[in-house]
Amino acid sequence: MIDPRSRITLLAGTRPSTLRTSAQRFGLLLSRIWAWLFLGLMVLFFVVAVPLVSDGAVNFLTIRNTQNILVAIIPVLLLGLGQTFVIIAAGIDLSVGWVMSLASVLSALALRWAFDGGAPLFPSVLIGLVAGVGGAAAVGFVNGVIISKLKVPAFIVTLGTSFIVRGVAYLMSENTTVIGLPAGLRAYGNDALIYYVRGEGGGLYFLNRPEVSGELLRRMDPILPYPVILTACVVVCAMFLLRRTQFGRHTYAIGGSMEAAERTGIPVDRHVIKLYILSASTAGIAGFLSTLRFTAGSAVIGDPLLLSSIAAVIIGGVSLFGGAGTVIGTVIGALIIAVLTTGLVMLNVEAFWQFIVVGTVVIVAVLIDQSRDLITGRQRRSTAK
Amino acid sequence: MSKPLLEVRNITKRFGGLMAVSNVSFEINRGEVVGLLGDNGAGKSTLIKCISGVHAADEGEIFFEGARVAFSHPIHARRHGVETIYQDLALANNLDVGANIFLGREVKKRYFAGLIKTLDDQHMLRESRRTLDSLEISFPTLTQPIESLSGGQRQAVAIARAVYWDAKLMIMDEPTNNLGVIEQKKVLDLIRALRARGVPVILITHILPDVFAVTDRLIVMHGGRKVTEKMTAETNTEELVQYMVGARDDTNKDIQGSEGELPLPH
Repeated sequence: MIDPRSRITLLAGTRPSTLRTSAQRFGLLLSRIWAWLFLGLMVLFFVVAVPLVSDGAVNFLTIRNTQNILVAIIPVLLLGLGQTFVIIAAGIDLSVGWVMSLASVLSALALRWAFDGGAPLFPSVLIGLVAGVGGAAAVGFVNGVIISKLKVPAFIVTLGTSFIVRGVAYLMSENTTVIGLPAGLRAYGNDALIYYVRGEGGGLYFLNRPEVSGELLRRMDPILPYPVILTACVVVCAMFLLRRTQFGRHTYAIGGSMEAAERTGIPVDRHVIKLYILSASTAGIAGFLSTLRFTAGSAVIGDPLLLSSIAAVIIGGVSLFGGAGTVIGTVIGALIIAVLTTGLVMLNVEAFWQFIVVGTVVIVAVLIDQSRDLITGRQRRSTAK
Repeated sequence: MSKPLLEVRNITKRFGGLMAVSNVSFEINRGEVVGLLGDNGAGKSTLIKCISGVHAADEGEIFFEGARVAFSHPIHARRHGVETIYQDLALANNLDVGANIFLGREVKKRYFAGLIKTLDDQHMLRESRRTLDSLEISFPTLTQPIESLSGGQRQAVAIARAVYWDAKLMIMDEPTNNLGVIEQKKVLDLIRALRARGVPVILITHILPDVFAVTDRLIVMHGGRKVTEKMTAETNTEELVQYMVGARDDTNKDIQGSEGELPLPH
């Protein structure tokens, strides 16, 4: 028998594919660059508003303030970088917050152990890095194996491991801050590549922090703190990995259609495991850097950042359904949150307003993403992950 | 005529008590388009899945290029050159044409003695364009995600991918379903282009106009059995419908089957 459906399709015309009106094209363009626009307008607003509110005493775009913003986005950005890959592949990693905490505690313990055992400072720091990132990566491996091999939804698996990791982090730190780290550590986590002392008796200093005090100290601005440089390197690596390598291509393919990826011979299970290792590892770097920054390991450091990092990823245009997103988008997302927070504080606005604004921006971001689907006529299937 | 490219002997597949495919045999020669017809549940898809490595047949043998094969996974079948295009096409709609043609088999550039490998998108784009040109397929752009393409254009991408990777046998599952008239015609043109290249096509369909437009030979299944095999030129719509609904059955009249009497296609 002839399927009646086939008769109907015989009568149907061809579907218009790429024809679009200029209004649609403008809408598409706007939906792609709105985050940049929003960031730009926001900076502009604070540049104008901050001096107004403070009668010209405070400016927004000073060296010190921009550097503060860059330092502030580090943990959110690092958590978001790995998450970007995971979400593009239609997964989710809810464990990164507590994994960052675990890494902070682990690297502090390992660093202290090595230094107290007589190792010089720099090798001790490296041991701390290996311990923190290695421990984090191990959690990512467990996540990935359970998700890919045992087919448990990522949401559930990473929720579960986040509780487990939370317990382990508290146990290892004995429910207190890990202190007693070498004093020289402070320089690794806080010093900058360049120092600029404004005005009389000042100047530019490279690679060493000038011994200044009093009035000069107040006029000294650090430029490019080491953690910022390290994070920038991680960002560049992530961009390269996602855009230029087979790993990135397969990440998009899995997010676009897991079945197509499987059928074309992409080793999907192994790739998913690698993704969760990557996600946990960037969280591990964040934990390690926080240990350097505060010269202490802490189990409470990471968890509050989890949702901010997911917000940054979503604002940056990564689709929760998978298949779309960029690293630079996540950087913009993290910047938007940091600029907002800093700016509102400088305007003497109650700090809690930042949450209200960030929440609104997240929802608007998803609405814009959906409107893009409306324009292109794309049908999105919900992914069962 | 040389030896058949694909020879299927007495394939049987059961799902529990259900006999999905029962003792089916046929041959596919180079450069012919064979229609596999039957109503829903006739066993077409199960038979095809036994060939393409999705299912393992319970009984029977499959010979490909003269050698006995038992594909345990679709990937193995593809490596041998048996390419199956299902209705969902196995394409990643968020990637562009070149990325899809090379999906899972990306071409890489090597730096620092292979320490760092990047995607060679230029090469992949060039090769994709060459393959599409050879099939006389033209798209406005190859660098947009294919979700902006129509169903027929996506079908063409899937076919081009198979052609690029040297498919020796193409199995197509209802390729003209859900397509508009013009697109259906284009897909049929592509099937003819494959035949011209010597690549045989097994076309699973129940759209009879397609069957008469493009096939050389027909196999009709009903209730898991092959009820007839005919040259397309020697049958008509009415007769085929009777076979498809079970009103006619060659195997009941003649246990030997009719293969022996069939003239082989040139």
